[in-house]
Amino acid sequence: MNFCKKNILRRYKVSVLLYKMSLNRPLSPHLSIHKKVLTSVFSIFHRFTGIFLSLGAILLSVWIILIALGPSFYAKFQTFSSLIFFKIFLFLWTLTIFYHLYNGIRYLFWSYGKMMDLSTVYKSGYVVIILSILSTMLVWFSI
Amino acid sequence: MVEFTLPANSKVQKGVTHPVKEVSNKPKKVLIYRWNPEDQENPRLDSYEIDLSKCGPMVLDALMKIKNEIDSSLTFRRSCREGVCGSCAMNIDGVNTLACLKPIEEVNGEISIYPLPHMPVIKDLVPDLSKAYEQLASIKPWLQRSNENSNTTASISEEKKQTPEDREKLDGQWECVLCFCCTTACPSYWWNSEEYLGPAVLMQAARWVNDSRDSERKNRLKAVNDKMKLYRCHSIMNCTRSCPKGLNPAKAIADLKKAIVTEL
Repeated sequence: MNFCKKNILRRYKVSVLLYKMSLNRPLSPHLSIHKKVLTSVFSIFHRFTGIFLSLGAILLSVWIILIALGPSFYAKFQTFSSLIFFKIFLFLWTLTIFYHLYNGIRYLFWSYGKMMDLSTVYKSGYVVIILSILSTMLVWFSI
Repeated sequence: MVEFTLPANSKVQKGVTHPVKEVSNKPKKVLIYRWNPEDQENPRLDSYEIDLSKCGPMVLDALMKIKNEIDSSLTFRRSCREGVCGSCAMNIDGVNTLACLKPIEEVNGEISIYPLPHMPVIKDLVPDLSKAYEQLASIKPWLQRSNENSNTTASISEEKKQTPEDREKLDGQWECVLCFCCTTACPSYWWNSEEYLGPAVLMQAARWVNDSRDSERKNRLKAVNDKMKLYRCHSIMNCTRSCPKGLNPAKAIADLKKAIVTEL
Protein backbone atom coordinates (compact mmCIF):
# COMPACT_ATOMS: atom_id res chain seq x y z
CA MET A 1 0.00 0.00 0.00
CA ASN A 2 2.75 2.36 1.03
CA PHE A 3 4.72 1.43 -2.06
CA CYS A 4 1.71 2.17 -4.22
CA LYS A 5 1.27 5.62 -2.70
CA LYS A 6 4.93 6.43 -3.16
CA ASN A 7 4.80 5.34 -6.75
CA ILE A 8 1.78 7.52 -7.51
CA LEU A 9 3.40 10.49 -5.78
CA ARG A 10 6.60 9.98 -7.74
CA ARG A 11 4.76 9.78 -11.02
CA TYR A 12 2.87 12.94 -10.13
CA LYS A 13 6.12 14.74 -9.37
CA VAL A 14 7.62 13.63 -12.67
CA SER A 15 4.63 14.84 -14.63
CA VAL A 16 4.73 18.22 -12.86
CA LEU A 17 8.42 18.48 -13.68
CA LEU A 18 7.81 17.60 -17.35
CA TYR A 19 5.03 20.15 -17.51
CA LYS A 20 7.24 22.84 -16.01
CA MET A 21 9.98 22.04 -18.51
CA SER A 22 7.53 22.33 -21.37
CA LEU A 23 6.41 25.82 -20.34
CA ASN A 24 9.59 27.66 -21.18
CA ARG A 25 10.22 26.09 -24.59
CA PRO A 26 12.13 28.45 -26.88
CA LEU A 27 11.09 29.06 -30.47
CA SER A 28 13.68 27.70 -32.88
CA PRO A 29 15.34 30.36 -35.05
CA HIS A 30 13.77 30.86 -38.49
CA LEU A 31 14.41 33.90 -40.72
CA SER A 32 17.86 34.49 -39.26
CA ILE A 33 19.17 30.99 -39.99
CA HIS A 34 17.22 29.81 -43.03
CA LYS A 35 19.18 30.14 -46.25
CA LYS A 36 17.85 32.84 -48.56
CA VAL A 37 16.83 30.29 -51.17
CA LEU A 38 15.90 31.77 -54.55
CA THR A 39 12.33 30.47 -54.40
CA SER A 40 11.55 32.69 -51.41
CA VAL A 41 13.65 35.59 -52.75
CA PHE A 42 11.57 35.69 -55.96
CA SER A 43 8.42 35.57 -53.87
CA ILE A 44 9.35 38.35 -51.45
CA PHE A 45 10.47 40.55 -54.34
CA HIS A 46 7.05 40.07 -55.90
CA ARG A 47 5.63 41.60 -52.72
CA PHE A 48 8.19 44.38 -52.52
CA THR A 49 7.61 45.32 -56.16
CA GLY A 50 3.86 45.30 -55.50
CA ILE A 51 4.32 47.81 -52.68
CA PHE A 52 6.69 49.91 -54.81
CA LEU A 53 4.13 49.91 -57.62
CA SER A 54 1.48 51.36 -55.34
CA LEU A 55 3.90 54.15 -54.40
CA GLY A 56 4.31 54.82 -58.11
CA ALA A 57 0.53 54.81 -58.53
CA ILE A 58 0.26 57.56 -55.92
CA LEU A 59 2.89 59.55 -57.81
CA LEU A 60 1.03 58.98 -61.04
CA SER A 61 -2.20 60.35 -59.60
CA VAL A 62 -0.37 63.37 -58.15
CA TRP A 63 1.02 63.99 -61.64
CA ILE A 64 -2.46 63.87 -63.19
CA ILE A 65 -3.85 66.19 -60.47
CA LEU A 66 -1.05 68.68 -61.18
CA ILE A 67 -1.85 68.61 -64.88
CA ALA A 68 -5.51 69.29 -64.08
CA LEU A 69 -4.59 72.20 -61.78
CA GLY A 70 -2.88 74.08 -64.58
CA PRO A 71 0.52 75.10 -65.99
CA SER A 72 1.85 76.91 -62.90
CA PHE A 73 1.47 73.78 -60.77
CA TYR A 74 2.87 71.60 -63.49
CA ALA A 75 5.95 73.81 -63.71
CA LYS A 76 6.65 73.01 -60.05
CA PHE A 77 6.44 69.34 -60.88
CA GLN A 78 8.89 69.81 -63.72
CA THR A 79 11.54 71.33 -61.45
CA PHE A 80 11.13 68.26 -59.23
CA SER A 81 11.08 65.75 -62.06
CA SER A 82 14.34 67.04 -63.57
CA LEU A 83 16.18 65.88 -60.42
CA ILE A 84 18.39 62.82 -60.75
CA PHE A 85 16.67 61.15 -57.77
CA PHE A 86 13.39 61.32 -59.59
CA LYS A 87 14.95 59.74 -62.68
CA ILE A 88 16.37 56.93 -60.55
CA PHE A 89 13.00 56.40 -58.89
CA LEU A 90 11.30 56.27 -62.27
CA PHE A 91 13.91 53.83 -63.60
CA LEU A 92 13.41 51.51 -60.62
CA TRP A 93 9.69 51.86 -61.02
CA THR A 94 9.91 50.69 -64.63
CA LEU A 95 12.00 47.71 -63.54
CA THR A 96 9.42 47.03 -60.86
CA ILE A 97 6.55 47.08 -63.34
CA PHE A 98 8.23 44.54 -65.59
CA TYR A 99 9.35 42.26 -62.76
CA HIS A 100 5.86 42.25 -61.27
CA LEU A 101 4.28 41.70 -64.68
CA TYR A 102 6.49 38.80 -65.78
CA ASN A 103 6.53 37.18 -62.36
CA GLY A 104 2.76 37.56 -62.27
CA ILE A 105 2.56 35.58 -65.51
CA ARG A 106 4.64 32.89 -63.80
CA TYR A 107 2.06 32.81 -61.01
CA LEU A 108 -0.73 32.40 -63.59
CA PHE A 109 0.97 29.27 -64.93
CA TRP A 110 1.31 27.96 -61.39
CA SER A 111 -2.39 28.50 -60.79
CA TYR A 112 -2.94 25.97 -63.57
CA GLY A 113 -0.45 23.64 -61.91
CA LYS A 114 1.98 24.06 -64.80
CA MET A 115 5.74 24.68 -64.73
CA MET A 116 5.94 23.77 -61.07
CA ASP A 117 8.83 21.32 -60.95
CA LEU A 118 11.83 22.79 -59.21
CA SER A 119 14.19 23.14 -62.18
CA THR A 120 11.50 24.92 -64.26
CA VAL A 121 10.73 27.18 -61.30
CA TYR A 122 14.38 28.24 -61.17
CA LYS A 123 14.71 28.59 -64.94
CA SER A 124 11.54 30.66 -65.29
CA GLY A 125 12.76 32.81 -62.40
CA TYR A 126 15.96 33.64 -64.26
CA VAL A 127 13.95 34.31 -67.41
CA VAL A 128 11.80 36.78 -65.45
CA ILE A 129 14.89 38.67 -64.27
CA ILE A 130 16.50 38.78 -67.71
CA LEU A 131 13.26 39.79 -69.44
CA SER A 132 12.48 42.55 -66.96
CA ILE A 133 15.98 44.04 -67.28
CA LEU A 134 15.81 43.87 -71.09
CA SER A 135 12.35 45.44 -71.17
CA THR A 136 13.44 48.24 -68.85
CA MET A 137 16.44 48.93 -71.07
CA LEU A 138 14.19 48.93 -74.12
CA VAL A 139 11.86 51.47 -72.53
CA TRP A 140 14.62 53.78 -71.31
CA PHE A 141 17.14 53.69 -74.12
CA SER A 142 15.09 53.14 -77.25
CA ILE A 143 12.93 56.24 -76.94
CA MET B 1 1.28 36.63 -36.80
CA VAL B 2 4.36 38.00 -38.47
CA GLU B 3 7.19 38.38 -36.00
CA PHE B 4 10.60 38.63 -37.54
CA THR B 5 12.62 38.48 -34.32
CA LEU B 6 12.80 35.71 -31.75
CA PRO B 7 11.23 36.06 -28.29
CA ALA B 8 13.65 36.99 -25.48
CA ASN B 9 13.93 33.44 -24.14
CA SER B 10 14.79 32.07 -27.60
CA LYS B 11 17.70 34.30 -28.61
CA VAL B 12 20.67 32.10 -29.45
CA GLN B 13 23.79 32.82 -27.44
CA LYS B 14 27.42 31.97 -27.91
CA GLY B 15 28.07 28.45 -26.72
CA VAL B 16 30.84 26.19 -25.60
CA THR B 17 33.74 25.26 -27.87
CA HIS B 18 34.38 21.62 -27.12
CA PRO B 19 38.11 20.81 -26.99
CA VAL B 20 39.61 18.67 -29.73
CA LYS B 21 40.92 15.39 -28.31
CA GLU B 22 42.96 14.02 -31.19
CA VAL B 23 45.00 15.27 -34.13
CA SER B 24 42.82 14.83 -37.20
CA ASN B 25 43.63 14.45 -40.87
CA LYS B 26 40.43 16.02 -42.15
CA PRO B 27 39.04 18.35 -39.48
CA LYS B 28 35.51 19.70 -39.87
CA LYS B 29 33.84 22.20 -37.59
CA VAL B 30 30.23 21.54 -36.62
CA LEU B 31 28.07 24.20 -34.95
CA ILE B 32 25.01 22.81 -33.19
CA TYR B 33 22.02 24.52 -31.57
CA ARG B 34 21.70 23.43 -27.93
CA TRP B 35 18.97 23.99 -25.41
CA ASN B 36 18.47 22.14 -22.17
CA PRO B 37 14.98 22.26 -20.61
CA GLU B 38 16.38 21.56 -17.16
CA ASP B 39 18.20 24.85 -16.73
CA GLN B 40 16.65 28.25 -17.32
CA GLU B 41 19.22 29.49 -19.80
CA ASN B 42 18.79 30.64 -23.39
CA PRO B 43 19.67 28.37 -26.31
CA ARG B 44 23.31 28.44 -27.38
CA LEU B 45 25.41 27.45 -30.36
CA ASP B 46 28.07 24.88 -29.43
CA SER B 47 31.08 24.21 -31.58
CA TYR B 48 32.59 20.76 -32.15
CA GLU B 49 35.43 19.54 -34.31
CA ILE B 50 35.42 16.08 -35.83
CA ASP B 51 37.81 14.07 -37.99
CA LEU B 52 36.11 13.33 -41.31
CA SER B 53 38.54 10.53 -42.10
CA LYS B 54 37.04 8.63 -39.17
CA CYS B 55 33.40 9.50 -39.83
CA GLY B 56 30.60 8.22 -42.07
CA PRO B 57 29.56 10.26 -45.11
CA MET B 58 26.29 11.80 -43.89
CA VAL B 59 25.54 14.59 -41.43
CA LEU B 60 23.73 12.06 -39.25
CA ASP B 61 26.99 10.09 -38.99
CA ALA B 62 28.71 13.26 -37.80
CA LEU B 63 26.01 13.82 -35.17
CA MET B 64 26.31 10.22 -33.95
CA LYS B 65 30.09 10.56 -33.80
CA ILE B 66 29.77 13.70 -31.70
CA LYS B 67 27.26 12.05 -29.39
CA ASN B 68 29.38 8.91 -29.03
CA GLU B 69 32.78 10.49 -28.68
CA ILE B 70 32.57 14.13 -27.62
CA ASP B 71 29.29 15.05 -25.94
CA SER B 72 26.78 12.40 -24.93
CA SER B 73 24.24 15.04 -23.86
CA LEU B 74 23.59 16.05 -27.50
CA THR B 75 19.96 15.18 -28.27
CA PHE B 76 18.37 14.49 -31.65
CA ARG B 77 15.83 12.14 -33.20
CA ARG B 78 16.97 9.41 -35.56
CA SER B 79 15.94 5.94 -36.51
CA CYS B 80 16.27 4.40 -39.96
CA ARG B 81 19.36 6.29 -41.22
CA GLU B 82 18.12 5.95 -44.84
CA GLY B 83 15.42 8.57 -45.36
CA VAL B 84 12.41 6.38 -44.73
CA CYS B 85 11.34 7.29 -41.21
CA GLY B 86 11.62 11.08 -41.36
CA SER B 87 12.88 11.39 -37.78
CA CYS B 88 16.14 13.25 -38.30
CA ALA B 89 14.63 16.31 -40.00
CA MET B 90 16.62 19.42 -39.09
CA ASN B 91 18.00 22.62 -40.55
CA ILE B 92 21.46 21.87 -41.95
CA ASP B 93 23.47 24.65 -43.57
CA GLY B 94 20.35 26.82 -43.72
CA VAL B 95 18.05 24.35 -45.48
CA ASN B 96 15.69 21.85 -43.88
CA THR B 97 16.54 18.29 -44.76
CA LEU B 98 17.03 14.82 -43.34
CA ALA B 99 20.43 14.50 -41.68
CA CYS B 100 20.72 10.91 -42.92
CA LEU B 101 20.35 11.97 -46.58
CA LYS B 102 22.59 15.05 -46.45
CA PRO B 103 26.21 14.32 -47.39
CA ILE B 104 28.76 16.22 -45.29
CA GLU B 105 30.70 16.91 -48.50
CA GLU B 106 27.88 19.12 -49.81
CA VAL B 107 28.51 21.64 -47.04
CA ASN B 108 31.40 24.03 -47.57
CA GLY B 109 33.18 25.19 -44.45
CA GLU B 110 31.61 24.64 -41.07
CA ILE B 111 28.31 22.81 -40.79
CA SER B 112 25.67 24.65 -38.80
CA ILE B 113 22.80 22.56 -37.52
CA TYR B 114 19.57 23.95 -36.05
CA PRO B 115 16.24 22.33 -35.22
CA LEU B 116 13.39 22.74 -37.73
CA PRO B 117 12.65 26.51 -37.91
CA HIS B 118 9.91 28.29 -35.98
CA MET B 119 8.93 25.36 -33.77
CA PRO B 120 8.90 25.02 -29.99
CA VAL B 121 12.06 23.17 -28.94
CA ILE B 122 11.83 20.22 -26.53
CA LYS B 123 15.58 19.77 -26.31
CA ASP B 124 18.55 20.56 -28.60
CA LEU B 125 17.55 19.44 -32.11
CA VAL B 126 14.19 17.95 -31.08
CA PRO B 127 11.23 20.17 -32.01
CA ASP B 128 7.71 19.75 -30.68
CA LEU B 129 5.65 18.61 -33.68
CA SER B 130 2.38 17.99 -31.84
CA LYS B 131 0.64 20.95 -33.51
CA ALA B 132 1.60 19.66 -36.96
CA TYR B 133 0.40 16.14 -36.07
CA GLU B 134 -2.90 17.60 -34.86
CA GLN B 135 -3.27 19.38 -38.19
CA LEU B 136 -2.55 16.12 -40.01
CA ALA B 137 -5.28 14.38 -38.03
CA SER B 138 -7.69 17.19 -38.92
CA ILE B 139 -7.65 16.27 -42.64
CA LYS B 140 -8.64 12.65 -41.81
CA PRO B 141 -5.72 10.86 -43.44
CA TRP B 142 -7.49 7.54 -43.87
CA LEU B 143 -9.70 5.87 -46.47
CA GLN B 144 -13.37 6.84 -46.19
CA ARG B 145 -16.13 4.90 -47.96
CA SER B 146 -19.48 6.17 -46.80
CA ASN B 147 -21.47 4.35 -49.52
CA GLU B 148 -20.65 1.02 -47.91
CA ASN B 149 -22.51 1.65 -44.67
CA SER B 150 -25.92 0.77 -46.06
CA ASN B 151 -24.74 -2.35 -47.86
CA THR B 152 -24.21 -5.85 -46.54
CA THR B 153 -21.09 -7.02 -44.75
CA ALA B 154 -20.04 -8.82 -47.91
CA SER B 155 -19.30 -5.59 -49.76
CA ILE B 156 -17.29 -4.21 -46.84
CA SER B 157 -14.86 -7.09 -46.98
CA GLU B 158 -14.71 -6.88 -50.76
CA GLU B 159 -11.38 -5.94 -52.28
CA LYS B 160 -11.13 -2.22 -53.12
CA LYS B 161 -9.75 -2.30 -56.62
CA GLN B 162 -7.90 0.52 -58.33
CA THR B 163 -6.76 0.80 -61.94
CA PRO B 164 -3.04 1.39 -62.59
CA GLU B 165 -3.97 4.83 -63.99
CA ASP B 166 -5.80 5.79 -60.80
CA ARG B 167 -2.96 4.44 -58.72
CA GLU B 168 -0.51 6.62 -60.67
CA LYS B 169 -2.35 9.73 -59.46
CA LEU B 170 -0.98 9.06 -55.97
CA ASP B 171 2.64 8.92 -57.10
CA GLY B 172 4.70 11.76 -55.70
CA GLN B 173 2.31 12.04 -52.75
CA TRP B 174 2.27 8.69 -50.96
CA GLU B 175 6.08 8.78 -50.65
CA CYS B 176 5.92 11.60 -48.09
CA VAL B 177 7.47 10.51 -44.79
CA LEU B 178 6.00 13.41 -42.81
CA CYS B 179 9.32 14.83 -41.67
CA PHE B 180 7.83 18.36 -41.90
CA CYS B 181 10.93 19.80 -43.60
CA CYS B 182 8.63 21.53 -46.10
CA THR B 183 6.14 22.84 -43.55
CA THR B 184 8.86 24.40 -41.41
CA ALA B 185 10.58 25.92 -44.47
CA CYS B 186 7.41 27.81 -45.40
CA PRO B 187 7.40 31.48 -44.30
CA SER B 188 3.60 31.44 -44.49
CA TYR B 189 3.55 28.62 -41.98
CA TRP B 190 5.97 30.50 -39.73
CA TRP B 191 3.57 33.43 -39.48
CA ASN B 192 0.27 31.48 -39.48
CA SER B 193 1.03 28.07 -37.97
CA GLU B 194 -2.05 28.24 -35.74
CA GLU B 195 -4.46 28.12 -38.68
CA TYR B 196 -2.59 27.41 -41.92
CA LEU B 197 -2.19 23.67 -42.45
CA GLY B 198 1.21 23.86 -44.14
CA PRO B 199 2.54 22.01 -47.22
CA ALA B 200 3.07 18.55 -45.67
CA VAL B 201 -0.49 18.29 -44.36
CA LEU B 202 -2.00 19.82 -47.52
CA MET B 203 -0.13 17.31 -49.66
CA GLN B 204 -1.63 14.53 -47.53
CA ALA B 205 -5.04 16.14 -48.04
CA ALA B 206 -4.37 16.01 -51.80
CA ARG B 207 -3.25 12.40 -51.52
CA TRP B 208 -6.64 11.39 -50.08
CA VAL B 209 -8.56 13.66 -52.43
CA ASN B 210 -6.88 11.92 -55.37
CA ASP B 211 -7.52 8.39 -54.13
CA SER B 212 -10.05 6.74 -56.46
CA ARG B 213 -11.16 4.36 -53.69
CA ASP B 214 -12.16 7.21 -51.40
CA SER B 215 -15.80 8.33 -51.60
CA GLU B 216 -15.39 11.67 -49.79
CA ARG B 217 -13.53 13.67 -52.45
CA LYS B 218 -16.06 16.55 -52.44
CA ASN B 219 -16.26 16.72 -48.64
CA ARG B 220 -12.49 16.66 -48.33
CA LEU B 221 -12.21 19.55 -50.80
CA LYS B 222 -14.89 21.47 -48.91
CA ALA B 223 -13.15 20.90 -45.58
CA VAL B 224 -9.89 22.31 -46.87
CA ASN B 225 -11.47 25.23 -48.79
CA ASP B 226 -10.71 27.87 -46.18
CA LYS B 227 -8.87 31.18 -46.43
CA MET B 228 -6.56 30.25 -43.56
CA LYS B 229 -6.25 26.47 -43.89
CA LEU B 230 -5.36 26.43 -47.59
CA TYR B 231 -5.05 29.91 -49.07
CA ARG B 232 -2.19 31.09 -46.87
CA CYS B 233 -0.14 29.25 -49.51
CA HIS B 234 1.28 31.95 -51.79
CA SER B 235 3.33 29.59 -53.99
CA ILE B 236 6.60 30.61 -52.38
CA MET B 237 7.87 27.12 -53.31
CA ASN B 238 10.23 26.77 -50.35
CA CYS B 239 8.48 23.46 -49.63
CA THR B 240 9.50 21.94 -52.95
CA ARG B 241 12.97 23.43 -52.55
CA SER B 242 13.57 21.72 -49.23
CA CYS B 243 11.83 18.33 -49.60
CA PRO B 244 14.53 15.70 -48.94
CA LYS B 245 12.51 13.11 -50.87
CA GLY B 246 12.29 15.29 -54.00
CA LEU B 247 8.50 15.60 -53.83
CA ASN B 248 6.48 18.64 -54.89
CA PRO B 249 4.05 19.84 -52.20
CA ALA B 250 3.57 23.20 -53.97
CA LYS B 251 2.20 21.41 -57.04
CA ALA B 252 -0.07 19.27 -54.87
CA ILE B 253 -1.48 22.42 -53.25
CA ALA B 254 -1.93 24.13 -56.65
CA ASP B 255 -3.86 21.08 -57.87
CA LEU B 256 -6.00 21.16 -54.73
CA LYS B 257 -6.88 24.82 -55.39
CA LYS B 258 -7.65 23.98 -59.01
CA ALA B 259 -9.89 21.06 -58.01
CA ILE B 260 -11.79 23.35 -55.62
CA VAL B 261 -12.40 25.91 -58.39
CA THR B 262 -13.43 23.36 -61.01
CA GLU B 263 -15.38 20.85 -58.93
CA LEU B 264 -17.10 22.61 -56.02
